[in-house]
Amino acid sequence: MSASGVVREIGWRTLSVLAELGGMLVFTIAFLKAAVTPPLRGRRFVEEIYNQGFLSLIIVCISGLAVGMVLGLQGYNTLVRFGAEGSLGTVVGLGLIRELGPVLTALLVVGRAGSATAAEIASMVTSEQLDGLRMMSIDPIEIVVAPKALALIFVMPILTTLFVLFGLAGAYFIGVGLMGLDAGIFISGLKSSIRFSDDIGGCFFKALIFGFLAGLIATYRGYNAAPTAAGVSAATTSTVVVTSVAVLIGDYFVTALWGFRI
Amino acid sequence: MMQGSPAYDAHVRFEHVRMGFGTRTVFEDLVCGFPRGQISVLLGGSGSGKSTLLRLLGGLIRPAAGKIFVGDDEVTGAPEPTLYQIRSKIGMLFQGGALLDSLTVFDNLALPLREHSDLSEDAITETIRAQLSAVGLEKIDHLLPGQLSGGMLRRAALARAILREPEILLCDEPFSGLDPSSVKRIEMLLAKVNQERGITVLVVSHHIASTLRLADHALLLLPGRSVEGKPADLHRSEDAEVADFFDEDLAIDDVTPTASETLGS
Repeated sequence: MSASGVVREIGWRTLSVLAELGGMLVFTIAFLKAAVTPPLRGRRFVEEIYNQGFLSLIIVCISGLAVGMVLGLQGYNTLVRFGAEGSLGTVVGLGLIRELGPVLTALLVVGRAGSATAAEIASMVTSEQLDGLRMMSIDPIEIVVAPKALALIFVMPILTTLFVLFGLAGAYFIGVGLMGLDAGIFISGLKSSIRFSDDIGGCFFKALIFGFLAGLIATYRGYNAAPTAAGVSAATTSTVVVTSVAVLIGDYFVTALWGFRI
Repeated sequence: MMQGSPAYDAHVRFEHVRMGFGTRTVFEDLVCGFPRGQISVLLGGSGSGKSTLLRLLGGLIRPAAGKIFVGDDEVTGAPEPTLYQIRSKIGMLFQGGALLDSLTVFDNLALPLREHSDLSEDAITETIRAQLSAVGLEKIDHLLPGQLSGGMLRRAALARAILREPEILLCDEPFSGLDPSSVKRIEMLLAKVNQERGITVLVVSHHIASTLRLADHALLLLPGRSVEGKPADLHRSEDAEVADFFDEDLAIDDVTPTASETLGS
């Protein structure tokens, strides 16, 4: 490629990225406006909580339990080498609450509910349902996007809490039930090391941020999908990929900022 | 290409509209109009811009240049709140119906009434039942769109499109994929809507025989130009491109009588 071709390519890609960011900013503003402006779509919001939250319960709880059991097993076998197996509750509790709970829950919810949200909205684009709403002077962002995105933001902290609780139960089962660690030591280690404002507050804050990212990216990708079968597929895939990367990168910044606050 | 003011009272006007997608130009300099209170049919080959014209008119997409008017209201350049006002005068029947999958037929029809009127639930129910009955649908209001046949879906969508008593009804391929009896039924309903309510109807269709039975006015979109007039005049046109279009797609016996005439008789 010639030098001018390279410059043109870079310029074109830069403009594309700027257009995407601008589009997302406009979409975010429209979503926030719809979210706070009456009428609030209570019934649709509740339906979406069912679709995105309730239907994700089993996958989140089972995954939480499995992760907790693995952490319990790995943690115990590592700590016992140093004679520190009594710290299992602390290690598992901090790991789950500060990092693994919010991050893994977000990845699970994006894979199940985020992708479904993007696919549903993209299908509505393909079948002209969103245009049908526009032609009836009804804003699709208000009636379709806002309830779905708000529901994802709302359910993420709840699902994260369940993931953490099931994770702790799994670790307790392995540490206390199988490895014979004293239950009092496990619980007291957990209680003494977990601080409400730092750890639990940080966990909820992360879950809210991840819920916002998941809700916004899933609805944006679906809303701007090409009106073809390939467009639906691309919207679904990009939702999972972009949100997963955004959650992992966002996790670093939230952790750093939350740490500085302390 | 038609130039200058049309001889009829144009309800919809396109003035020097240019439109394209990427490198493909759909309209270079489209000038046309559609008469008030009549049924107009948009004809043309695939990719000639028939559906694009309806979407431009509804403000769903914006042209690169030119002006589009619905009555005295300019659609082009209008901000979204103004477009919503203009769209309150327009009903649109989409090719696939565009009913919301997740709502029952009743809730689909109730949606615009709940959003834009202060009617009580009882009044909404009464209005919807009457509207469904008018399109020959009864006892289906509890069904989801996915549970309807193609013809029923199209009629339910038509009921929704005319629910708010629009001045203009846009129909994008209303006959595609339907059996002959369903086509006749939709034809009759469109003619009835036009005659009883005085609605200006614009129909896009590949079903040329059917749309010519129905239409009072026709616009044929050809590469780089458009021709409009009465369907019978276009059919007899000496313009080679126009004649070729009709020769390929139309059986002369299907042209008469019009659905309006059938309805009137």
